[in-house]
Amino acid sequence: MPLNWKTGGLLLGLVFFAAVLLVKPIGVSTQFVILDGIVADAVNPDLVTKTDEGYSSTNTYLAESGGKYAKSVANPLNYSFVFVIAMMAGGLLSALARGGIPVDDRWVPALWRVNFGDCRVKRSVAAFLGGFIVLYGARLAGGCTSGHMMSGMMQTALSGYIFAAGAFAAAIPVSLMLFRKEV
Amino acid sequence: MTTILLAIVIGAAFGAVLDRVGASNPSYINTMLNLTNLNLAKTILLAIGTGSVLMFGGQMLGLVDVGHMSVKTAYLGVFLGGLLLGAGWALSGYCPGTGVVAAASGRKDALFFIAGGLLGAAAYMVSYPAWKASGLLDKIAGGKVTLGTVPSAKYEGLTALPGDILGIVLGLGFVALAFALPKRLMGQPAQTQPAE
Repeated sequence: MPLNWKTGGLLLGLVFFAAVLLVKPIGVSTQFVILDGIVADAVNPDLVTKTDEGYSSTNTYLAESGGKYAKSVANPLNYSFVFVIAMMAGGLLSALARGGIPVDDRWVPALWRVNFGDCRVKRSVAAFLGGFIVLYGARLAGGCTSGHMMSGMMQTALSGYIFAAGAFAAAIPVSLMLFRKEV
Repeated sequence: MTTILLAIVIGAAFGAVLDRVGASNPSYINTMLNLTNLNLAKTILLAIGTGSVLMFGGQMLGLVDVGHMSVKTAYLGVFLGGLLLGAGWALSGYCPGTGVVAAASGRKDALFFIAGGLLGAAAYMVSYPAWKASGLLDKIAGGKVTLGTVPSAKYEGLTALPGDILGIVLGLGFVALAFALPKRLMGQPAQTQPAE
């Protein structure tokens, strides 16, 4: 059972506050680009190059903003990348401490099962397609649920409100269409 | 080195809390999005409100460095990207942060989400010049702006209202909304089927 929303919301708010107090607001989706860059640079070492001013790339997106992303690709041991690795460790430990994800839920989550059956392939394809659209959209928007919606709205950023409006305008109708049966 | 240590501590705390509030459970995400269980929406609203009040309150007391704020640019692509993210979020039940936490906690479908995500991010990297040329990435309403003008921040304000006080007021608004939101908005709780 998830935490009561009052406790959960307070804890989540404290984490977002701690991040901006000690370092900077939380964001995640950029790290998908960084990991892509790390892999692509390993295959083709010409992708990211060191210049006199810093780093640059043959990819326009990585070279953007003075090679900010190119620099992270060249130095994976940076705050934001390590942050995401640490999230995974924290999520794993927390899940283990509450007995792990139920076996039935590991491939096909309960609500999906009720609506679309327990075919693993069908669920995996949907998750893959969803992942593609989510990250393409997040990069187009310049952030995701963490960076834009949570961190952005918390800072009263106009962009955060625009993002949240778009995200819920699509997510609610799609979810209403897909998930008609309740667990 | 200190920053790496902070990345580990804050990152781990964030991952653990996402797991505990149910945000990395696709069923829980979609019962929020199909408006049948708004518990997670209340959690998110309370978190934004709490973070906002603490951050702007801390700034006013001089305890929080205004320079730590990081405001993203507003442009039309933010809305368009939001629409795409929202559709994929509902389909998969994951967003980037909760997807990696779910995969680490043992959800196999989340591994497919991450694989799709890496491909989607790569597709964007390749198509970026076309978006740039389309003008949809051009800043609107001043770009990196906050709703009010935050004292000594490097960002412009959309209005001349004092940004820190506005932040606290909006933060309290989010908290109030978290309390006011009903547990469900759609349909009736599932009825127990009579035995055949």
